Amino acid sequence: MDLRHTPQEDAFRAEARAWLAANVPERPLPSLETEEGFAAHRAWEARLHADRWSVVAWPREYGGRGVDLFTWLVFEEEYFAAGAPGRVSQNGVSLLAPTLFDHATDEQRARVLPSMASGEVIWAQAWSEPEAGSDLASLRSRAVRTDGGWLLSGHKTWSSRAAFADRAFGIFRTDPGAAKPHHGLTYLMFDLRARGVTVRPIGRLDGKPAFAELFLDDVFVPDEDVIGEPGQGWRIAMSTTGNERGLTLRSPGRFVAASQRLVRDWRASADPSDTALGDRVADAVVGARAYQLFTYANASRFAAGASIGAESSLNKVFWSDYDIALHETALDLLGADGELADGEWAEGHVFSLAGPIYAGTNEIQRDIIAERLLGLPKGRRR
Amino acid sequence: MRFLLTDEQAAFGRSLEAMLSAADTPSAVRAWAAGNAVPGNALRARLGTVGVFALAVPEEYGGVGVLPVELAVAYVELGRYAVPGPVVETVAAAALLARLAEHGEAGPAKRLLPALASGGASATLTLPGGGPYALDADAAAYVLVVHGDELRLAPGTGALRASSDPARRLSRPAPGGELLASGPAVREAAGHAADWAAFATAAQSLGTGLALLERTVAYARQRTQFGTVIGGFQAVKHRLADTLVGLEFARPLLFGAALSMTTADIAAAKLTAGEAAYAAARTALQVHGAVGYTEELDLSLWLRKARPLRDAWGTPSECRRKVLAGS
Repeated sequence: MDLRHTPQEDAFRAEARAWLAANVPERPLPSLETEEGFAAHRAWEARLHADRWSVVAWPREYGGRGVDLFTWLVFEEEYFAAGAPGRVSQNGVSLLAPTLFDHATDEQRARVLPSMASGEVIWAQAWSEPEAGSDLASLRSRAVRTDGGWLLSGHKTWSSRAAFADRAFGIFRTDPGAAKPHHGLTYLMFDLRARGVTVRPIGRLDGKPAFAELFLDDVFVPDEDVIGEPGQGWRIAMSTTGNERGLTLRSPGRFVAASQRLVRDWRASADPSDTALGDRVADAVVGARAYQLFTYANASRFAAGASIGAESSLNKVFWSDYDIALHETALDLLGADGELADGEWAEGHVFSLAGPIYAGTNEIQRDIIAERLLGLPKGRRR
Repeated sequence: MRFLLTDEQAAFGRSLEAMLSAADTPSAVRAWAAGNAVPGNALRARLGTVGVFALAVPEEYGGVGVLPVELAVAYVELGRYAVPGPVVETVAAAALLARLAEHGEAGPAKRLLPALASGGASATLTLPGGGPYALDADAAAYVLVVHGDELRLAPGTGALRASSDPARRLSRPAPGGELLASGPAVREAAGHAADWAAFATAAQSLGTGLALLERTVAYARQRTQFGTVIGGFQAVKHRLADTLVGLEFARPLLFGAALSMTTADIAAAKLTAGEAAYAAARTALQVHGAVGYTEELDLSLWLRKARPLRDAWGTPSECRRKVLAGS
């Protein structure tokens, strides 16, 4: 067992830290869930990209540095420690890109990845539908064959970033006669400004349009924007959701930095006699460290050639519950100011509340843990 | 960076598991609780032959060098099989004596360490800042007491008191006794020993929690109600899933602590493993229902251990204070 970084990783850390110190905006950008903030965050992505910091784990040919998972974790630690802006390109980079690396053609990768890396094209996900949430395989939106491509129709919802994004990816029913619900689905990409697309932004709890519903009416998608074989969309999408829940959606650097910020605020302002609050601050520190070490163990397994399957559900339950507890502690520390909508922890708190819901609800994750890791019977009884 | 057990370390854990699963430890625990230390001492001697108690002892005193990762691997298995006796205290005593030797006070180490390292003898102890009770002093070959700057060999066990876990007996060692060492080195070594005690307890807790979960999953897969196994009900499945989440996030903290052996990292591991194992005990009791509430079911051997281990060698509150002091 060894937790030491290599000299190369240490050098990378120093380089990243220096760049971030010189480039991270002094004041936080406006919320990325607003039109103004979205544009500012897109510009920040371009700045990262100009010096090859936007997608460090990608191959160089697509704008990355080709670094391994451990070095990526180092980058994330430095990124969040520096207080750098949220990543408006997150959906594309952490959900679509891994799918492209695994399932797309060289032509598709060459066409899609560079503009994703630069922030020129921001991607939204289009999974859920009004009647297909946790039961995603029951989705009804269809893609029907036409000359040179497909025509999409249907209704997608809870599409994160779609209010201001450029393009979207999702799965659509291409064979309504298939024997099982998760058969006959196809994974494809489409333009949110194409003819036939209507985007209706949805205000989340704090009113910001963090997601949207999409009405699709015979939207043309060329064949070149189908990923993998038609009919294989479920399998391809599941490889993406594994990434979402597992290693790459919530890097430990985010929580380590947040817990350190919490300790700093607690030291500066807490009533020392409030030991109950101190205990919760300690729990935030311990939880961040646990998540960091858990991730290092998973990354070590990856490096040793193993794959992470149902174990990613442990991850998802942990970080999403942890994130809420951390922000609740921070709000309690603020006392009356915890109610202020523009407080330092306010938007993070609102965002954390969605964690146990998106990327597969925690109820679905607990089913997966119970069935696939503990060997309990399948099914959702009573 | 390779935060995984080596093949050798994993094999060491499996060999202990094989030994202990064949050893009928529940009978040894019940005998221990009834005051018959013979099977428990035999078990300790067998563990000694494969080096379990040599893992915190330098080679010059009969040990294999200080190997915290291997110690954690071993003590997880000791917890999983509910091995009775002052196993944590023996390793803490070894750490205390080895540290004193590093400070130039080698006499007590030369005298006591070889027997502890081989598993031929066990020790128990009290330390400043720890609880007032020594564990299983009646069964230990040596009862060590650190008070202020003095390390003494207690002259008697003191009056024995029952623990909520019948396989643990508590006492305040008799005062006085032979002075083994004194001075500031004793105080420093006692702090070091307290860290090792907390560390070994964290590993033992994790193993206790894993055993509780394993037994409860097995029960939920075979117990039938309403015409179906209860492990198919979501209310049961989700509680067991949460138990696994708790334990699996304690594990990396334990091994992270093994690599650094800092007070704060050990406290984080102790806190998390202790709470996760206690939560596993609550789940185990609830899922087993009335039969889990009986002493005749072997589950009780782990159920009653989880809470004392959570509080021994660092209550959750004390652990949190150490975490904050170190961050």
